[in-house]
Amino acid sequence: MRTFITGVGRWLVDSLVYVGGVVAMGARLVGVLPRLFGSFRLTIAQMLAMGVQSLPLVVLVSVFTGAVSTWQAAYQFQDYVPMRYLGGAVGKAILIELGPVLTALVMAGRVGAAIAAELGTMRVTEQIDALEVMGIDPVRYLVLPRVVSGVFMLPVLVLFANFVALMGALVVAVVFVDLSGEVFLNGFKLLFRSKDLYAGLIKAGMFGLIIAMIGCYQGFTTRGGAEGVGRATTGAVVVASVLILISDYLIATFLFQI
Amino acid sequence: MIEIRGLTRSFNRHRVLDAVDLDAAPGETLVVIGRSGCGKSVLLKHVVGLLEPDAGTVTVDGQRLDQMDRAGLLRLRLRFGFLFQSGALFDSLTVAQNVGLALLENTDTSRQRIDEIVAERLEWVGLAGLGDRYPSEFSGGMRKRAALARAIAMDPEIVLYDEPTTGLDPITAEGINDLLVSLRERLRVTAIAVTHDMNSAFKIADRIAMLHEGRIVFTGSVEEARATDNPMLRQFVAGETVGPLIPL
Repeated sequence: MRTFITGVGRWLVDSLVYVGGVVAMGARLVGVLPRLFGSFRLTIAQMLAMGVQSLPLVVLVSVFTGAVSTWQAAYQFQDYVPMRYLGGAVGKAILIELGPVLTALVMAGRVGAAIAAELGTMRVTEQIDALEVMGIDPVRYLVLPRVVSGVFMLPVLVLFANFVALMGALVVAVVFVDLSGEVFLNGFKLLFRSKDLYAGLIKAGMFGLIIAMIGCYQGFTTRGGAEGVGRATTGAVVVASVLILISDYLIATFLFQI
Repeated sequence: MIEIRGLTRSFNRHRVLDAVDLDAAPGETLVVIGRSGCGKSVLLKHVVGLLEPDAGTVTVDGQRLDQMDRAGLLRLRLRFGFLFQSGALFDSLTVAQNVGLALLENTDTSRQRIDEIVAERLEWVGLAGLGDRYPSEFSGGMRKRAALARAIAMDPEIVLYDEPTTGLDPITAEGINDLLVSLRERLRVTAIAVTHDMNSAFKIADRIAMLHEGRIVFTGSVEEARATDNPMLRQFVAGETVGPLIPL
């Protein structure tokens, strides 16, 4: 019992230290925001790496997201809900939730891990120290381009994801559910609200911020050589994924009033 | 130029530096020697503010590092060059980009002028024409040279060397020693080097200090170090296992 309490206490303290560290990095980031223009080429490079190079994976995931959503919705609708609402229900699910969240979770694994691994390796090989000694603020040089890229590129990726998911949903509806494309799209238009799209993109922006910040923080705080880099990479994915799901709920309660 | 007073630092309750007092005068090369893991690199990182002491002060040209804000510390660091033990070259940049990065990020120097300075520094360190290679394509000795070119790119007043010859074969190490001596003559810098390579220490030093169990146990000229009757320094210089220093 004592060991359990000690363990919980230590976890609480470590969590508070972690949160404090991320907030402190965020404060430094706000301080260097005015110098964003000076980091323009670095930011563009990150946008390419984060956005453009992630597109094939996002497209692949989104096709199956739309496909399985349609199939399982049709399964649940049969005998209870008219199929003319299938497009609307699937469309709302994709725009509000599946598109932003699944894209973000995939990106946490791809981009978040890559950021943590790269910055963690830089930390244990003293490259971040080298930046400091060269008078270059590592937060401005390394974190700012990644965070800005995350905030801007994840909504862009989610837009692509939404479109591809809807196409995947349409194909499954027409080919396997035996619903006409016109009925599916009419159902989508019937229940579509622009707020659903914007809310999804707001979520995506927040998720991009989380992925980039956590990846950068894990990388910056890496200790212990190659093993430490491995821990940082895993930590970046796990922490970002949990925060994505928590923030998803919080944003939803704020944006969607019942 | 550099004054260290009462510098104390612990890691996980292990005291690494214990009230260290040390000075480096303008234009001199001070070499700090000591056993592996005795805190030499930790001491060096305090000089440039990469680490903050638990107690004590580091003063550079009358400015105390603990009284500076972050912007002031970054400005001060522009006067430094630092050669890290492993080089710490940026893997994603070419060697030329590495050498020119500080100029690009901190000054309004034109790209053309930066290229000229980079080419000059690479020539000084014997890497002329190799700037378009990546650090991963270099041997250990070449990476050290490239890192040295980067450390002096901004014409620093103070250069810090962390184990400049560690991990290098004797011939390559001697080449690095010759390079450090030539750069001292060329740039007239103040330098602090930490090493356990006595051959290197005797070659490049104006003064030698020995760090042992967190304290400075000897400071003096190279001649004084060679002639000392300090038993720890004598044992360390001779590389003997018998004496007050117990093998790790």
